[in-house]
Amino acid sequence: MADLSVNFAGIQSPNPFWLASAPPTNMGSMVERAFDAGWGGAVWKTLGEPIVNVSSRLAAMDYGTQRMMGLNNIELITDRPLDVNLKEIRACKRKYPKHALIISLMVESKREAWQEIAKKVEDTGADGFELNFGCPHGMSERGMGAAMGQVPEYTCMVTEWVKEATNLPVIVKLTPNITAINYPARAAVKGGADALSLINTINSVIGVDLDTMIPYPNVNGMAAHGGYCGPAVKPIALNMVSELARDPEVNIPISGIGGIATWRDAAEFLLLGATTVQVCTAVMHYGYRIVEDLIDGLSNYLDEKGYASVNDIIGQSVHRVTDWGNLDLKYKTVARIDHSKCVNCNLCHIACEDGAHQCIHFTDVNGKQFPIVDEAECVGCNLCHLVCPAPGCISMVRVDDGSQTMSWREMTGQPA
Amino acid sequence: MPELSNSPLTPEQITANFCEIEPPLPMAEALFEAHRCLYCYDAPCTQACPTHINVPSFIKKIASGNLTGSARVILDANPIGSTCSRVCPVDVLCEGACVEKTLMEQPIQIARLQRYAMDHVISKQIDVFKAGAANGKSVGIIGSGPAGLSCATYLARLGYAVTIYERRAKAGGLGTYGMAEYKMTQQDSADEVAMIERLGVQFRLSCEVGRDVTFADLEAAHDAVFIGVGLGATNKLGIPGEELAGVYDALEFIEHVKTRDWANVPLAKSVAVIGAGNTAIDAVTQAKRLGAEKVMLIYRRTQPEMSAYEYEYELAKQDAVEFHWQTTPLEILANMDGSRVAALRCVQTELQEGKLTNVAGSEFNLPVEMVIKATGQQKQRGFLATIPGLRLDQSGRAVVNPATMQTDTPKYFAGGDCVNGGAEAVDAAQHGKHAAMGIHQFLTGETITLAGA
Repeated sequence: MADLSVNFAGIQSPNPFWLASAPPTNMGSMVERAFDAGWGGAVWKTLGEPIVNVSSRLAAMDYGTQRMMGLNNIELITDRPLDVNLKEIRACKRKYPKHALIISLMVESKREAWQEIAKKVEDTGADGFELNFGCPHGMSERGMGAAMGQVPEYTCMVTEWVKEATNLPVIVKLTPNITAINYPARAAVKGGADALSLINTINSVIGVDLDTMIPYPNVNGMAAHGGYCGPAVKPIALNMVSELARDPEVNIPISGIGGIATWRDAAEFLLLGATTVQVCTAVMHYGYRIVEDLIDGLSNYLDEKGYASVNDIIGQSVHRVTDWGNLDLKYKTVARIDHSKCVNCNLCHIACEDGAHQCIHFTDVNGKQFPIVDEAECVGCNLCHLVCPAPGCISMVRVDDGSQTMSWREMTGQPA
Repeated sequence: MPELSNSPLTPEQITANFCEIEPPLPMAEALFEAHRCLYCYDAPCTQACPTHINVPSFIKKIASGNLTGSARVILDANPIGSTCSRVCPVDVLCEGACVEKTLMEQPIQIARLQRYAMDHVISKQIDVFKAGAANGKSVGIIGSGPAGLSCATYLARLGYAVTIYERRAKAGGLGTYGMAEYKMTQQDSADEVAMIERLGVQFRLSCEVGRDVTFADLEAAHDAVFIGVGLGATNKLGIPGEELAGVYDALEFIEHVKTRDWANVPLAKSVAVIGAGNTAIDAVTQAKRLGAEKVMLIYRRTQPEMSAYEYEYELAKQDAVEFHWQTTPLEILANMDGSRVAALRCVQTELQEGKLTNVAGSEFNLPVEMVIKATGQQKQRGFLATIPGLRLDQSGRAVVNPATMQTDTPKYFAGGDCVNGGAEAVDAAQHGKHAAMGIHQFLTGETITLAGA
């Protein structure tokens, strides 16, 4: 079995699977049960001045029969007294010395406030900090959370304050609610951050109750925008992680967050540059027990690929991500339809006809109509391949001979 | 006139035996099934449906929570969508063609989803179609079965004044009197008829054309007439003893069952059903469910040759019916005092040079107290012959132009079993649709294409 242990900015973890700072890490008893289930680390629910929450707090987007493809929340940071949390953190770390225990922090934008809470937490024996510059709802209205993460100068400044006060590793958690993730990330690096974690949740209104016409979640007839997470946000998170992984000005470890539910999701984050991953929605949906297959699946994958350690795959796909202008314009694929596997749903035809390039027509095969690709017209967009429900029926086949390459930058004489 | 009713079962047990074999889908299951549908384009299910209901469209509307819109899609292509959702042989039609069947041997439950949408509008009496603005023209329809109801609905939507003449006391034809009770109740048929009645279609019940009203009356009252009279009585066996007490016609037997007056449904301990079509299966399974101890199906050919659908045969097997293949009845034998059925004299058959032949010396007696004939229905030759100029084919079916359903007597159109010789309700519904288009063109000169035509 491959070695799954990682060293994340000096924090040792038995595996790369951490619980994100959220309801599943609300208190000591929960984190301890999670460690017993197999989680390698946990980021404690954000500490700060205790707040008062509303009821209700969550709403979800279903897709077809799949529940909670996306989850939206308006819950704030911990509502438990600081001393209770600190006491439980101390006990938990003592009981689980080999697990990674990171404490998320969020206080008002004052040097003393940040340094005071950092010192108190350091005293518990916790392994590191995660600065919550990401929450887009509620706390941001009070100048905290995303309000800090959206201003690179604040990100840098507060990171510096915490670094001044502690010797523990400091992870800066970034908000995706910005135009380019690189700027706050670079600001955190400038402020001395030891690592980054992303993404926090995305601004969202999940929907409207069509009977009452009140948006979800309904708080006495009113709603406020919340933070969106769950499987639906994974592609956004993968993009931001890979953007930072290939940014030469950001050369610190990354903890990937956003829609991770299976070992496959986790492996994708690792390949695109994350050293650890953090999970929340999938645990809120199915419980801590999902970590068993995260570990088992990743381990089998590494074994099958012949890797001895999970560290061997971290960042393996980063160099495969580039700017569009560097992509090869001479590379050419077309769709081919295997009629022996076709079930005649004709989705490829209508998708191509109304959504692509009108190159899938019908042909008569032994008296039956089958879709067929006009390869001269096919641009190799993949759409038919994506909509086809029959396994192996539509394949994308390379038709250029590979002898020539030409990117847009080369073609137009732009610097690479 | 029940001379025997010795079911060992209580009425409650019989009622339980006749509960629906396909109960309605609960909401969660309906949504799951609806979401499972791939939303095929130019879908195989739609092509396989004789009325070409846009199946993916009505299923996606169920998924989106638009049940009224879903029912509209169904009823637009098939006015008896409620009946068809219960009685259609979907294994060989829409569900047989479903790509999910091809992909993983589990077609979408199209029939049950269709019923889900239909139940929504029928139970709430939501009328998805209104009568068209009156165009001053009138059409008479003979027979209120699937063909007549379909034709009437389309014509009413187009603004015609429509009157249906029905010789029976209740409207609905085979939907009311002929469907196996565990598939569809008389109430289901009545609800469907009521929906069509709310569209403004007039029903003249217990009114037999040729007796209570004449063809001359019809021609005077209406600009066109649609004939949807179905088929007649069950074919005679043509063997001695056919007139004995205890010998029933399958349709007559099924009609008794449909009254749900279990105490008065004719039944015996041992029942032999002659024939191997879908009606024969309906008869054997219902006899068994009523409580007959021994139920036999007698067929002169082999099992693979039976005309009943595979799933109907499975149903009979599950009900522990005894099958006598390659067996031809020669005579129905009476009891000692000659008053009623005591046995069926049969002979084994075999194929000799492609010809079905009795095996000499293989005769035997099968003791049986009740015989049900299910050997197909006669054509309405006599009735149809009374319409001057109406042409019948050799087997007694009305000859029509398949595009317009018009007969050789221009004012008369026809459809359903009296034209195709006996098919499914859904086929009759399609005939009714084509006839409505034909009548509209005949009376207005305008060519229209109805949904799924």
